[in-house]
Amino acid sequence: MPLHTEFEDIASLRAALAARKISARELAESALAAVHASELNAFLHVDPALTLAEADRADQSLRDGSAGPLTGIPIAHKDAFVTRGWRSTAGSRMLADYTSPFDATVVERLAQVGAVSLGKLNCDEFAMGSGNENSAFGAVRNPWDLRAVPGGSSGGSAAAVAAGLAMATTGTDTGGSVRQPAALCGVSGIKPTYGTVSRFGIIAFGSSLDQAGPLARSSRDLLELLDPMSGFDERDATSLDACDGAPNASGRIRADFDRAQAAYDQYGSLPLKGIRIGVPDEFFGPGIAEDVAQAVEAALAVYESLGAERVRVSLPHTELAIPAYYVIAPAEASTNLSRYDGVRYGHRTAQYKDLAEMTAKSRAEGFGAEVQRRILIGTYVLSHGYYDAYYLQAQRVRRLIADDFRQALSQCDFIMGPVTPTVAKDIGEHRDDPKADWLADVFTLGVSLAGLPAMSIPCGFGQGANASRPVGLHIIGRYFDEGRLLATADRFQSATDWHRRTPASAETQGKSQ
Amino acid sequence: MSLTEQDVARIARLARIDLPADRRAGAQAELNDLLHLIERLQAVDTAGVEPMAHPLSAHQEVALRLREDAVTETGGIERRDALTTNAPAMAEGLFLVPKVVE
Amino acid sequence: MSWEIVIGLETHVQLSTESKIFSGSSTRFGAAPNTQANVVDMALPGSLPVLNRGAVERAIRFGLAVGATIAPRSIFARKNYFYPDLPKNYQISQFEIPVVQGGSLTFFLGEEERTVALTRAHLEEDAGKSLHDEYFLPDGAPASGIDLNRTGTPLLEIVTEPDMRSAAEAVAYARKLHSLVMWLGICDGNMQEGSFRVDANVSVRPKGQAEYGTRAEVKNVNSFRFLERAIQYEVRRQIELIEDGGTVVQETRLYDADRDETRSMRSKEDAHDYRYFPDPDLPPLVISQAWIDEVRAGMPELPEAQRARFESQYGLTAYDAAQLSGDRAVSAYFEQVAAALPEGQAKPAANWVMGEVSAALNRDELSIAQAPVSAAVLARLIARIADGTISTKMAREVFGSLWLREHGGNVDAAIAAKGCGQINDSGAIGAMVDEVLAANPTVVEEYRAGKQKAFNSLVGQIMKAARGKANPTQVNDLLRERLDS
Repeated sequence: MPLHTEFEDIASLRAALAARKISARELAESALAAVHASELNAFLHVDPALTLAEADRADQSLRDGSAGPLTGIPIAHKDAFVTRGWRSTAGSRMLADYTSPFDATVVERLAQVGAVSLGKLNCDEFAMGSGNENSAFGAVRNPWDLRAVPGGSSGGSAAAVAAGLAMATTGTDTGGSVRQPAALCGVSGIKPTYGTVSRFGIIAFGSSLDQAGPLARSSRDLLELLDPMSGFDERDATSLDACDGAPNASGRIRADFDRAQAAYDQYGSLPLKGIRIGVPDEFFGPGIAEDVAQAVEAALAVYESLGAERVRVSLPHTELAIPAYYVIAPAEASTNLSRYDGVRYGHRTAQYKDLAEMTAKSRAEGFGAEVQRRILIGTYVLSHGYYDAYYLQAQRVRRLIADDFRQALSQCDFIMGPVTPTVAKDIGEHRDDPKADWLADVFTLGVSLAGLPAMSIPCGFGQGANASRPVGLHIIGRYFDEGRLLATADRFQSATDWHRRTPASAETQGKSQ
Repeated sequence: MSLTEQDVARIARLARIDLPADRRAGAQAELNDLLHLIERLQAVDTAGVEPMAHPLSAHQEVALRLREDAVTETGGIERRDALTTNAPAMAEGLFLVPKVVE
Repeated sequence: MSWEIVIGLETHVQLSTESKIFSGSSTRFGAAPNTQANVVDMALPGSLPVLNRGAVERAIRFGLAVGATIAPRSIFARKNYFYPDLPKNYQISQFEIPVVQGGSLTFFLGEEERTVALTRAHLEEDAGKSLHDEYFLPDGAPASGIDLNRTGTPLLEIVTEPDMRSAAEAVAYARKLHSLVMWLGICDGNMQEGSFRVDANVSVRPKGQAEYGTRAEVKNVNSFRFLERAIQYEVRRQIELIEDGGTVVQETRLYDADRDETRSMRSKEDAHDYRYFPDPDLPPLVISQAWIDEVRAGMPELPEAQRARFESQYGLTAYDAAQLSGDRAVSAYFEQVAAALPEGQAKPAANWVMGEVSAALNRDELSIAQAPVSAAVLARLIARIADGTISTKMAREVFGSLWLREHGGNVDAAIAAKGCGQINDSGAIGAMVDEVLAANPTVVEEYRAGKQKAFNSLVGQIMKAARGKANPTQVNDLLRERLDS
């Protein structure tokens, strides 16, 4: 196991680096060795020379006292973020050989605070999928159970953290793509409020939904990444310059986190006294697997034991999030992906008789089945005669869903429930039924449509045959309430140890087969 | 609302994705299956509800932020070379495509 | 059958911003291919658009100048179609809610004043250029070369109602619009460089019919002359087609200047399903009343207002006032001349600017900014006519020499050099009058008999004797005095 796994969290690793007990180079070398040996297929692009150069620079700044909060910490980026050093493919054959001339803002900001990148992580193609099986470069295995999917689309990001390959990773969440794989891989993940983290440099899927978010072993570690990642970016017109009056800048979330913690400290052994947790009726319907429901219920009981009050709320339009999302996201994606035509970059087909054929064949060859399906659906719902009935209608339903949340969050501080109806499915299961994946997104989609912040933290495991497959707890907060969200999750993680479990034994099992 | 094979062919043409005739029926079935899921939207009464294009417009007024009119790019040949390293075919600084007949 | 022609124009005006509408690349014309296209212009994965304030400000200026409504909230939309010079394969434009709504433009068609209503004006990004010279793909197939320098240049698309009824009217509108956008400083008007591009929607209908006929769109017209010819051709084509029993198809046609005809463009299947929807990368554009007021305060006097002022302040005719208020630089020059002259000299100033100055500029292909004779110098020249030093005829010669930069702008030196100072001395003139009278007794008698022509003949002879340099007014006065006494 790599050296960084000997440290409980980023804070302690940072302290060890500062005390020169360990070097960035040592950390990078041991992580790279583990990545090399791993059979999870979590990584797509690794370039030891690039990583070690970053590690050496980190060590230099640790020596000369210019180290930042993440200097030397080994992380990795989802392949949906463009990077100058490593290739950026978004998990697609369309961009198999693409090298970006610029770095995504998220990548830049984490580099600026000294993080060392181990490489690019596998994901569902163009972030479309919930199991990382839609990658053109092979499925990713769930470190807890190698037969299982890690979730998606940020499957590589979640698997890498769960397997201890990286201390933390970045992902993107459009309809649940950070939260769901975090849940299925037993790690923590957060999607911040839309507009708080820059989308510049994210290979676009659903523009009004995409948000970058970190994955890590704990809520505290999420904060370590989210705070420097966040902040206004003038290169993204949807980036906010203020969050309910507070400047959208690094420091805001940490300040809110600290303030919440201070408030909780006042209540001693019942830190969450006065906090109301809304549990929507609609989140516990018949579609939920028994083991998931039990794990989530147990988690809610822990919150109550910490002093929180559980209240019933309702999100009546929950089920409608599925059709609304699957109109809006494909519509936006269908045009976001129009640029992939083989003219300026990307795959160009070998044989064609004219321009139209070149474009059509390049796209048919470069895009996988799910991407093609979504482009076609998206094209259809925007086409003449259908725009009103589908796209506009979906945007109206979106407002109804956002209003549901506003109403519910006026009656509670956080909404909680399951992230997914079941634990991870097997790789290869339901591949002939594209609908099945879409339906399983029911709990995560609404949050994305409303632009709210939400997290997933591990809260247990499945039962019986699923005993090794993790369950995640979904925590949804008010707009811009990331700090308090993280603090509340931290209290749960102080009272439980789900987030400290590792699948090390599972990986060994896989190898011996 | 069901898609015919012609609909599927037309959509594929609009989206510039080559869909050979022998794959059309399969695509049609898949798409109709997915559309069936989306159909549910039609039944929802949204009279008087404003479409929501920006996710935060339920929470606050979101207005487009403007940038000052200033040239911030150096441009030039070297920069062009850096930006076009992934081009499949170029000549004299131009991207080459099969000849377009107007 | 009596036909009515119906024309609407769509004009794409390139706005004169320094940088592009959604990126920080330069908009300067003529750079080497693809050297003015950044990651946003090339639509690289991960790039995003950010709107240029200067483009919006120019749109506001235009809207105010044509009396339109500036939308307090307008939306950018994606217009989807595949074309290699459109890197995202969608154009960011405005669809349902454009930034400028309504308005009108008034201009002269001959002597008649006409007004064309504007439907809207909206902001959008320009596409790149496709070059079809001799390029070949690696496999030897013929290729087109794509240059994205122009991609992202801000455009204001100005759409009229189908109010025009003749090619001449359409051209008059286009010329007026062209001069207005230059007047406002929002466009350089360079049609050779593609800064101002006009598309015409042309249809015909039997006179008296209420419904419009099917229209065809004519594109690729880059001069006013071609615009007129293209419309004329298209009208003839449509009428002939209908009279032969055919029907006009709604389509896009390109004008071929060499053959003086319009040709149907290869039809793009489903080209018209643009699948417009609000661009999720760009929240709504909000324009406050405060910003509109600020732009209004900073605007130059508009041509109409100036025209009216020229009529009232300087007593110019409507025609002259209109001529002088067509170009801001010219009207400024005129006003400088008038300001340097005493009261009542505005008319000569106007005549000189519209006449000699204009002719010289045209002949030498100069703009008024490059005129060798400054407003101050011209004013001094005109003053010398007014005070009788030289005649108007002489002044033209002096002007010619000043235009050639002889005498370094010193009017009096130029006059002296030409030796054409007028004779104003009444004694000298009187002597000449006496001489001519003495030499022409018959003519004198004819005058006394009532023949006015005789007078003119005597004047001519006196002027000839004076080699044209006698002050004509004095000649007239002294001659009359002598004859009538």
